[in-house]
Amino acid sequence: MPIVIALVLVAVGSVAFHLLNPWWLTPIASNWEYIDGTIAITFWITGFVFTAVVLFMAYCVFRFRHKEGSQAGYRPENNRLEWGLAIVTGIGVVAMLTPGLFVWSQFVTAPRDSSEIEVVGQQWSWGFRLPGKNGRLGASDAKYVSSNNPLGLNPDDPNGKDNVVIVGDDLHLPIGKPVRVWLRSVDVVHDFYVPEFRAKMDLVPGMVTRFWFTPTKAGTFEILCAGFCGIGHPQMRGNVVVDTENDYQTWLQKQQTFAQLSNPAK
Amino acid sequence: MSEATADSVGSVGPAEVPEVELYHAHTWLTKYVFSQDAKVIAIQYSLTATAIGLVALVLSWLMRLQLAFPGTFSLIQSENYYQFITMHGMIMVIYLLTALFLGGFGNYLIPLMVGARDMAFPYVNMLSYWVYLLAVLILVAGFFAPGGPTGAGWTLYPPQAILSGTPGHEWGIILMLVSLILFIIGFTMGGLNYVVTVLQCRTRGMTLMRLPLTVWGIFTATVMALLAFPALFVGCVMMTLDRLLGTSFFMPTLVEQGQLLKYSGGSPILFQHLFWFFGHPEVYIVALPAFGIVSDLISTHARKNIFGYRMMVWAIVGIGALSFIVWAHHMYISGMDPYFGFFFATTTLIIAVPTAIKVYNWVLTLWKGDIHLTLPMLFALGFIVTFVNGGLTGLFLGNVVVDVPLSATLFVVAHFHMVMGVAPIFVVFGGIYHWYPKVTGRMLDDTMGRIHFWVTFLGAYAIFFPMHYLGLLGVPRRYYELGETAFIPPSAASLNVFITVAALIVGAAQLVFVFNLVWSLSRGKEAGGNPWRATTLEWQTPQTPPGHGNWGKELPVVYRWAYDYSVPGAAQDFVPQNQPAPARTG
Repeated sequence: MPIVIALVLVAVGSVAFHLLNPWWLTPIASNWEYIDGTIAITFWITGFVFTAVVLFMAYCVFRFRHKEGSQAGYRPENNRLEWGLAIVTGIGVVAMLTPGLFVWSQFVTAPRDSSEIEVVGQQWSWGFRLPGKNGRLGASDAKYVSSNNPLGLNPDDPNGKDNVVIVGDDLHLPIGKPVRVWLRSVDVVHDFYVPEFRAKMDLVPGMVTRFWFTPTKAGTFEILCAGFCGIGHPQMRGNVVVDTENDYQTWLQKQQTFAQLSNPAK
Repeated sequence: MSEATADSVGSVGPAEVPEVELYHAHTWLTKYVFSQDAKVIAIQYSLTATAIGLVALVLSWLMRLQLAFPGTFSLIQSENYYQFITMHGMIMVIYLLTALFLGGFGNYLIPLMVGARDMAFPYVNMLSYWVYLLAVLILVAGFFAPGGPTGAGWTLYPPQAILSGTPGHEWGIILMLVSLILFIIGFTMGGLNYVVTVLQCRTRGMTLMRLPLTVWGIFTATVMALLAFPALFVGCVMMTLDRLLGTSFFMPTLVEQGQLLKYSGGSPILFQHLFWFFGHPEVYIVALPAFGIVSDLISTHARKNIFGYRMMVWAIVGIGALSFIVWAHHMYISGMDPYFGFFFATTTLIIAVPTAIKVYNWVLTLWKGDIHLTLPMLFALGFIVTFVNGGLTGLFLGNVVVDVPLSATLFVVAHFHMVMGVAPIFVVFGGIYHWYPKVTGRMLDDTMGRIHFWVTFLGAYAIFFPMHYLGLLGVPRRYYELGETAFIPPSAASLNVFITVAALIVGAAQLVFVFNLVWSLSRGKEAGGNPWRATTLEWQTPQTPPGHGNWGKELPVVYRWAYDYSVPGAAQDFVPQNQPAPARTG
C-alpha cells in the first residue's frame, strides 16, 4: 500500500514541482522563441505521458495487489492494443519532431543579410573578431598565434588587415540585426554559451564552426564556456553587450584593427 | 505457445552430456580463484564491480559536497573535482554497469536459463574475468600515479585530454586508455562466449522464442557491445599514440598555453564520432539487460505472463539495431555539419516507439496480475518510474533544436542519471534480491531490503528530478564552482544543498544493502530451490546453489515458454519450462 501512495505522490508531486518551482529558462534575448515553444510542446506531451503511466501503475498495484486466493489473468498477447499504442506513440513523436525539424531548418540557414563575427577560444578566455570595410574576415591558422597576434590571423592576407580584434574585452552587437557567428579554437574544444540567446556551438581546434542568431534585447549577457576545456573551464567567462545602433557605432570606432595591433609603434 | 512441437525437440542431440566435457576443478585454487565455472566467474565479476562501484559512490559524495558547499573542503581542489567526475562516470558506465550486467548477470544466468552445463568456452571465460580485474587495477592505479587520475571528463575528448590544462595529463590519461583497452579485450572474450552459448548450447526444446527475456536482453546487448566496443578500442589506441608517440590522429595544429605544438592535421571531432559510435550503443548495452531482467521480475512477481512477449523480443532487437544510427545526437553542437541534425533527430525519436512499447507491456503485465509486493517487484516499479522519466527527457535532448539550449547543462546530467544510472541500478538491485537465494541458498533480509528500497527510490528521485530545472535555467555541467553568475539566483545554491543532502542519505542506504549481502549469507532464511515459484530453468536445478555442471546427469528438456504463470486450469499458478505437457489438470 505505501507504494501506491508513493507512486501517486511522485506523479502529482512532479507536476506540482514543475508548476511551482522558481527555476525556469532565463528570459529570452534572441530570435529563438521557437526553441522555447518546442520545449513547451515537449513538456506538455511528455508530462502527460509520465503522469498517465505512473498513475496507471499506481491503480494496477492498488487494484491487483495480491490477496488471499486471487489469481492473475492469462492473456499473452493483444495485437490490436499493442499496435494501437504504438501508433498513438508514433503520433506523439511526430508532434514533437515536426516543429523541432522545422525550427532546425531555420537554425541551419542564416539570413542573407546577416553580419559576420568570429569568436575565438583559448584556455581560458574569449577573443572576438569583426570584419573590416569590405565585410570579409581574413584567413587564420593556429600556427600564426603569437603575443601580438593572439587570434592567429594570417599576416599575409590583405583581408585581415582591417579586421577588428578584441581580446580581453566585451563583444558588442547591434540589436535586431541577424549575426552569423564563426567559431574557432586555437587549443582545445570550447563552447560559446549565452543562456539568454538559447543557441550555442562548440569551438573546435582545426576547423571553423558556425551558428546564427538575432539579439532582440539590449543589455549585457554573460558568456560561459559549455565545452569542458580543462581546469579553468568555470572561469572562462566574457560578456556580450547588445547595443542600439548608435551606441554600437560609437563603440566600434574605438576598437583597434589587426594592422594597428600588430604594429603598435605606428 | 505452451507446448513443444515435435520439430523443436526432435532435431537436437542427446540430453546426456558426459562429465568429461567440463574441466573438473580439483583444488581450492581452481575451484574458487582460477575457476572455469561461469557461476564462480559471475560472482567474481559481481564482487569486483561492486567494490569499484563503491569507489564511484564515494567520489559522487565528494563532488556533491563541493557543489553544495564550494570552497569548504580543502581536499577538493578544482583538479580533484574533475578527476572525481571523470572516474565516477567511467567507473559507473563501464566498470560497474557493463561488467555487472554482462559479466555478472550474464555469466550466472545464461547457462542456467538456456539449460547448459556451462559457457561454451569456460577457459576463455576465466581469462575474461582476470583481464577485467587487471583493467580495474590499472584504472585504480591512476589514483596513486604522479598527477593523479585523468580529469578529462568521462568522454575523454582530445585535445584537452592529453594537454597540460587538464589534470592527470601525464600518467592518468595513459592509465585510463590502457585500462579501457584491456577492459575491451576482456569483454570480447566474455562476450563471444555469451553469444555462442546462447546460440549453440541451448538445451532440447529451448527455441529462441522460448528464451526468457533476460537472456534476450543480455544476448542482444552482448552482440551490440561486440560491434560497438571496437570503435572505442581504436579511439583509445589512436589517442595513446597521439599522447606517447606524437601522432596527430585527433590533434590539429594547436597552441598549448602560448606554445605551438608539433601536431598538425588531426581531427578532434573524429574522436567524438568514434566515442559516441560506441557511447550511444553503450547506453543500450546497459539498458537492454535491464529491460530483459525487469520483464522477468515483473512477470514472476505479478504471477502473470509478460504481456506481448514477441513484441518485447522484437523491441529489444529493434532498439539494438536502431541504437547504431543515433550516435551523433550527442554531437548536435559539436560543429559537425548541422544538416546531420535532421537525420539523427529523426532516428533518435523513432527509437522512442519500440521503447514505449516495452513500457506499455510492463505496465500492462501488471494489469489483472496478482501483484506480490516483494523487493524485486518494488525495485521493478521504481525502475519503470525512473526509466519513463529519464526516457521522456531523452525526447527533449534527442529533438535537435531543443538540445541546443539544454546540452552541456545539468538537464543532461539529470537525464542520463535517471535513465541509465538510477533505472538500471534499480534493476540490478531487483535482480540481486531475486537471484540471491539461488546463488547462496538464503534469502536477503526483508526489513533491511525495504529500508534500502524506500530510501533509494524516494531519495534518488529527489536528487535527479529537481536537477533538470537547474539545467533549464542554464546551469552548466562540469563546473567546479558557479561563482558569481548573473542569471543564477541564490535559490539554485539552496537546491544544490538539498540535492547533496539527499545524495549522502541515498549513498548511506547502499551501505545497508552491502551489509545485508554479507549478513544474509549466514543468517538469511533458508530459501529452498524455488522460493519465488518461478518458471524459468535456473529455479529447477537439482541443487541450490547449483553444482558444477548445473544439472544432474540429464539436461532439462523444455516444453514451453518462460511465462506460464496463472495458466487457467493448471494445478498451481506457475508451470516450469521443463514440465512436460499436458500441464492442465482439468
